[in-house]
Amino acid sequence: MNYAWPWELSRAGVLNMNKRNISYIGRYNQRKFYKRVDDKLITKELALANNIAVPDLIGVVKEQHTIEEIPAMVEGRSGFVIKPAKGSGGKGIMVITKVDNGRYYKPSGDEVTHNEIYRHVSNTLSGLFSLGGKPDVAIVEGLIEFDPVFDGVSYEGVPDIRLIVFKGFPIMGMLRCSTAASDGKANLHQGAVGVGLDIATGKSLHAVQFDVPVDKHPDTHFPLSNIAVPHWETLLHTASSAYEMCELGYLGTDMVLDKKRGPLLLELNARPGLTIQIANGKGILPRLKHVESLKGPTMSVEERVAYAKKHFCDKPLF
Amino acid sequence: MHSRKPFYIFVILLFIAGIGASIYRGIEHSVPFLPGEQVQSWAIDAKISFNGTNNPAEIHFALPNDPAFDILVENTTSPGYGLTISDDVNRKAVWSKRETSGPQSLFYRVTLVPTGNLDIKDDIEPADTELYQWPVTEQAAAEQIVGEVWERSATNLSFAKQLMQLLNDDNQSQNMALLLSTNSATNLFLHMLHSKGVPARKVSGLLLEDQRRRQQLSSYIQVYQDGVWHLFDIHNNKQGRDNKLVLWEYAGGSVLDVMGGTNSQVNFSMLQDTRSALATSIDMMMTEDALDFSLYQLPLEEQSLFKGILLIPIGVLVVVFLRVIVGIKTSGTFMPVLIAMAFIQTTLITGLIGFLLIVAFGLMIRSYLSTLNLLLISRISAVIIVVIFIIGLFTLISFKLGLSEGLTVTFFPMIILAWTIERMSILWEEEGPKKVFVAGGGSLFVATIAYLAMSNSIVQHWVFNFLGIHLVILATVLVMGQYTGYRLTELKRFKPLVGEK
Repeated sequence: MNYAWPWELSRAGVLNMNKRNISYIGRYNQRKFYKRVDDKLITKELALANNIAVPDLIGVVKEQHTIEEIPAMVEGRSGFVIKPAKGSGGKGIMVITKVDNGRYYKPSGDEVTHNEIYRHVSNTLSGLFSLGGKPDVAIVEGLIEFDPVFDGVSYEGVPDIRLIVFKGFPIMGMLRCSTAASDGKANLHQGAVGVGLDIATGKSLHAVQFDVPVDKHPDTHFPLSNIAVPHWETLLHTASSAYEMCELGYLGTDMVLDKKRGPLLLELNARPGLTIQIANGKGILPRLKHVESLKGPTMSVEERVAYAKKHFCDKPLF
Repeated sequence: MHSRKPFYIFVILLFIAGIGASIYRGIEHSVPFLPGEQVQSWAIDAKISFNGTNNPAEIHFALPNDPAFDILVENTTSPGYGLTISDDVNRKAVWSKRETSGPQSLFYRVTLVPTGNLDIKDDIEPADTELYQWPVTEQAAAEQIVGEVWERSATNLSFAKQLMQLLNDDNQSQNMALLLSTNSATNLFLHMLHSKGVPARKVSGLLLEDQRRRQQLSSYIQVYQDGVWHLFDIHNNKQGRDNKLVLWEYAGGSVLDVMGGTNSQVNFSMLQDTRSALATSIDMMMTEDALDFSLYQLPLEEQSLFKGILLIPIGVLVVVFLRVIVGIKTSGTFMPVLIAMAFIQTTLITGLIGFLLIVAFGLMIRSYLSTLNLLLISRISAVIIVVIFIIGLFTLISFKLGLSEGLTVTFFPMIILAWTIERMSILWEEEGPKKVFVAGGGSLFVATIAYLAMSNSIVQHWVFNFLGIHLVILATVLVMGQYTGYRLTELKRFKPLVGEK
């Protein structure tokens, strides 16, 4: 039997796409606030205004004729990232991890020619990667020097931490590790490994790749059962305070750990995916209902984090 | 969170309105519920002939007004005569001429369609009937028979039934034989009913039989009880009517009155015809001016346009169902509907082959274009132009090879094809060929299902003839927009979440 019965899923508290769209995104995310997360430039500005650390901005390419300025922008850097401001699903993100004599290399070691960069940025500006194909701008960001604590956890790329924040409470988290299959990207549908994290401790609970449970990283064979994410407290605080910043009730926060600067907010997502449930081996619905049923005065960020740590802890499933 | 109640009430209203409108159309305008349904129709010719007397002539002829038959077409042929048709309860044609001489013929032709509504209803009870006074010679005999039957009956109807049986009895009493010797059976029956004040009247009916000529109207008696006029056929000892009988005149008047003529008579000939039920109901609506909200009042060109447009809701419904309930991914939300529309012109197999060929060729050319480093707009424009070349090429080749099916590839929407090629090409570069086949296969699958739904002849018949259906589709789409349950594909996707417990 490859199919579950609907009532089995419903008993396991699994949130589905239709219910997410109607009961959570539709109900808690006001459309007027969407641009705060859909446009990464606005997100960055808001984060800086709220004292949330973000990767540093090298420059913005807004028009075709300024594409040639990119080499000058990234002069002297060891690497950089070009992403569309309004991209979706990780589309259109180009990561250059090595700059050598004006030649650029992807994490895989393949060279990226100037022509390819030009075309990529040009496509970005024309709106190829943006929602609804609207014209877009390209953001050039500094490369994150990722924390060596994650050495071996991820292949050719930075693992990022996704936390689902519901009405300001971090309720479920996962670590997304890129693999050879995902081409250095941390998107689960492209083949990255998702590791469910305990909200109380930041320790790994469960891991999947392509929705199938795994216990070792497919490329590095790193055992995924004994990961403990450092700076966990700061990560929870950053995620929780993102709620006040963008005022979206059902929010996905993507963060990375930088070697020197600690947790950085990469981007926010008003329509976070459902795979986090598979990575955690657990349905998210009971926690959403728990938070929905909370009454009483509004809590501060600290109170919310403490509440979440107390109520949303878990046992590992390895 | 505001209440969902108004929404559900709205949806239910849409449902009821849609179904109600469709049923109304089906019953009131007799639009058939299935395509290709046939109905019988009767073409009846009435020929009125008389001899002119060199005087002004006026001919009154009763026209049929029977609820059991709808009049599809009627016309008259009467050269030299003035004609007025009065359209009140007693429909009547009145011909007139200043001077007539010699044999005259007037023709009236009508096409009737049976409605199955055989009851003649009249809510107003007829005014008290004048009691019939028997001639002295008949009085004793008649009063004895009527008195006996009256004693044995309870209602007008049972009284009439027993009288009719008595009239047709083989062992007639002497009294009855006496009465029948001076009266026709029909008149005697009527007199007997009237003598007891039972509301009854003599009507003229025409029995329909295929390919009959020189037929006459026959007389029948109607007896009123409880709002309905019941028909009695004395000659055949039969109560009630079948659908082969047209009541030509039943208001108690005469069928034919000729003033200024002699030897007048009317003969009927008739012919049965089978025609499409749909065409019949359209003709009927035309004559009744009842084309409200029917697309048949549009010019033919717009009609055929709408036949296509009205299929889109069906395709959209299929897409909504397959995406929301089943969870199939497609490239471009409504691209499959447009492809399915093209399939309707090309037929399925030709369409699938043509689509795959065009997209495959397009992808090859697109892969060359991607090395040229063009701006998105000009690249897509180039793809559109190339798609037109490809379509032109395929059409030419298939024409040369004598494959007429190939000519229909021109029906594919070119802009949509170009965008499909562009999206697939990006998908290929970013996620590899496997995803392209998944997304492309999903789109083609949805397009095929949509095509099968849209090309169904019953569906095509319904969406065009019963516009209420679109309200039902709207309501269904709205309800599906509320569906928060699991999609079919999610049952597989989230299987790991229940398997381990």
